[in-house]
Amino acid sequence: MSDLVSQNLNMIFKTPKGETVHALKDLNFTLKRGELLTVLGPSGCGKTTLLNITAGFIRPTSGTITLNDKEIDGPGVERGMVFQQGALFEWLTVAENVNFGLRMKKKDPIETQKKVDEWLEIVGLKGFGNTPTYQLSGGMQQRVALARCLINDPDLILMDEPLGALDALTREKMQSLVLKIWKETGKTIILITHSVEEALLLGERLYVMAPRPGRIHKEYNLPFASMGLKQDLREIKKDKDFSAKREEILEMIWNMEEEIMGKEN
Amino acid sequence: MLTQIVTFLIFFAVIGCILYGRRLIKTEKVDAVFGNPERALGGTHWVIVGSSFLLLIWLYYSWDIAKGFYPKSANELCQVGKVNDSLLGLKYQFPIEEREFKSTSQIKKENKNLEKLSNEIKNSKEFNNEQKTILVSFIDKTNQLIPLLTNEDLLENETREKIDDITGKINLLTENFQKPDYPFETEQELNERLKAVNEEGGWGITKIDAGSGSIENTLEVPLVPATDRGLKFHAAAQELNLISEEFFKLRNHNPEFKNKIKEIKDEIKAYRNDLTESEEIASTYAKNIVKIARRIEFASIYPPNALDKMQNAIIKFDNAQLDAQGGLRLIDTFLFPAGTIIASGPSCSEQGSGRWLPKPSDTFNKFVLMSKPSVGYKDIPLLWIKMVDISTWIGFILPDWIADILPGEYPVHTKDGTVKQNLKGAVLKVVTGDFKLFKVPVPYGHIWDSFLRVFLGLVFGIIIGVPLGLFMGLNRFAKGFFDPLIELYRPVPPLAWAPLIISVLGIDNTGKVFLLFMVSLSIMIISARAGASGTQLSKIHAAHSLGASKKQILRYVIFPNSLPEILTGIRVAVGMCWGTLVAAEFLAGTTGIGFVENVAKKYFQYEVIWITIFIMGMLGLLFDVTLRKIIDKTIPWRGKG
Repeated sequence: MSDLVSQNLNMIFKTPKGETVHALKDLNFTLKRGELLTVLGPSGCGKTTLLNITAGFIRPTSGTITLNDKEIDGPGVERGMVFQQGALFEWLTVAENVNFGLRMKKKDPIETQKKVDEWLEIVGLKGFGNTPTYQLSGGMQQRVALARCLINDPDLILMDEPLGALDALTREKMQSLVLKIWKETGKTIILITHSVEEALLLGERLYVMAPRPGRIHKEYNLPFASMGLKQDLREIKKDKDFSAKREEILEMIWNMEEEIMGKEN
Repeated sequence: MLTQIVTFLIFFAVIGCILYGRRLIKTEKVDAVFGNPERALGGTHWVIVGSSFLLLIWLYYSWDIAKGFYPKSANELCQVGKVNDSLLGLKYQFPIEEREFKSTSQIKKENKNLEKLSNEIKNSKEFNNEQKTILVSFIDKTNQLIPLLTNEDLLENETREKIDDITGKINLLTENFQKPDYPFETEQELNERLKAVNEEGGWGITKIDAGSGSIENTLEVPLVPATDRGLKFHAAAQELNLISEEFFKLRNHNPEFKNKIKEIKDEIKAYRNDLTESEEIASTYAKNIVKIARRIEFASIYPPNALDKMQNAIIKFDNAQLDAQGGLRLIDTFLFPAGTIIASGPSCSEQGSGRWLPKPSDTFNKFVLMSKPSVGYKDIPLLWIKMVDISTWIGFILPDWIADILPGEYPVHTKDGTVKQNLKGAVLKVVTGDFKLFKVPVPYGHIWDSFLRVFLGLVFGIIIGVPLGLFMGLNRFAKGFFDPLIELYRPVPPLAWAPLIISVLGIDNTGKVFLLFMVSLSIMIISARAGASGTQLSKIHAAHSLGASKKQILRYVIFPNSLPEILTGIRVAVGMCWGTLVAAEFLAGTTGIGFVENVAKKYFQYEVIWITIFIMGMLGLLFDVTLRKIIDKTIPWRGKG
């Protein structure tokens, strides 16, 4: 019952020049509670638009999207969001960033503090509470963003290329963290990424989207996320099945890009 | 005393730092990478060299070194100036400092004038031939006056004797002047002079303990001769004045000349009387001819060799006085660069660089003097506190109509001339502040007034400008509505508004605060708007999905995110306000640092001008440093996000 259901979702933008861009066309999907969906696709395929509509920042041109049978018509606490650059409030400390949501709802400060400490420990930032955020590294900033989102206890977590700006090593650690949190909290997660490997590793389900108009091109159900909970991520990458899937999807996206280039020429 | 020490300190600082720097350069020669930041880090010694050099030049060009080491030199040079002043008239008669005799140049000049007049008359179409002949004959006659004066044979014996007499007096003065005990002062005269010297005080602004009174009347250079050498010159100057007076009373008028000039004057007078009103031009020409004749009459024109002896006497005296100056001339050349002490009429003054670049010690002393609340400037201290009763403010805040709306009438005086107070009257007293409560210290004075104006203008600008700017940054309607209004007045330089605003709102605080409010408002609006519209969308989205309301986003996200821009705006606004204020105070007003400088300018009080420049610089620096501290404290994340 606590599903994310999208019915005939359409999004059409008008550019200042008067051209129309069909960002999303007739999107239908259902995401069950506790599922981890990764979305992959070439640039301009409407991934971020989909996320923004789900978060409630923009309204679709037509169609409906519901969470727990309630139509999404604006931003809400039940849908937490993690941005690519963290979007932290640099004038606040780590702890103040994390408790921002609770503070806005005027929750009891002592209880809030307890929760903040818990979450900082989960994301591995214990003892950094009073550090100003501008002194943190990129990976640590994303951990803060994650904690800030999770402390609100949302039903659905939306991640917009959260690990895109990180170096390879930090990225791997963060991927494990995302999986760990997914397992421990059982939240529904939609994660948008540019990296095929990341999409395969983290996604229980994977949508490959195609551009112009933005649509779901292919859907996969993957075992790697469940494997990743028990196994080292690097081991999974060596898996033959994993490599085959990776090559398949890479070629798919490659062809789409070629097609766009051809259209433009 | 202090100046001497400072001079030596600066001198040694320059030399020491240069030596130290040379040594350092030698050791670092290996690392001669251009622009190596490590090398740019140090170099305090070069800073000391540079600033010390500037200070030394200042001390030197403002003659403070002379004042420190030879405090009496100005007084002595003043006496020398007196001699030069007295000698000037006599010297100009001869080719001593000029190229020719005064007589020669005078004759040349008048001949030229007469020729010019003659040509004008001959070529004029206004006159008939008859008139031309008459006027030209006047000119010829005037011209014939000159040979009567320059003919040695016509020089009268009486005149000759008088010239010899004057020459003798000059020679006697020279002889006496060279005697060591000239002017033969008695014990009593000496005591009286020293007393006068004491009363007059020293050179420059030395009386810093003056209890009260205005600082405008401080004496620049003491007049009464304080030294024996000075006295010599002083006495000689007095004698020379008498001699020169005697010479200029002397007229080289022989009987032939007297007759001739009387004849010319009479003829022209008769001619002019006969002219009708329509012949005004001829009358004017005739008048001009008489004028030239009179000039020739009163010019000291003598035969070429008649004054030779006198010229020699004057040269001899001049040499004697130059000798007597001795070391003073060295001081004058080297320690009074680009100027000297000049005596004219009843006073001696500094001329040249020392005037507009006043002595540092004078400036400092004047500053100390002005800082005293009892002295201040124009009866207002620079910065002091006064006790003000709280009731004044209560009276200011409470509106007076509170008393008016009370029932009843205000008290009316009775038959026996007394007034009985009632409730309405008592309330009126309260709302107008006419009562005593307790007093609190309140700062006042020129500096405080200027500061307060900037502060108030800025605060009003911030209070209104920041919310409006944020609103305009977030709301398209607000931007569209307010932007044109602001752009209507902002491009006009603030000072262009000043005359209008000052004449409408008054020369006191209201007008100036409003002007500064206008200046700071536009800056604050623009910076707050830039800050608000520059907020990253992802931050607003993040706050939204964390459950913040629109108000909370404004308060907790957009406002802190705009703080860097707002604070930078405040820093810019402070600078603009400060500059505008000083100029506005120049325009009109009765207090403030700009006002002080403007008044000082009118009276050529260079020390005060420098003091105000210094105060303004220091206040500006104080504002900026304070703001920088605040900025570093409040927005440490700036540039690091």
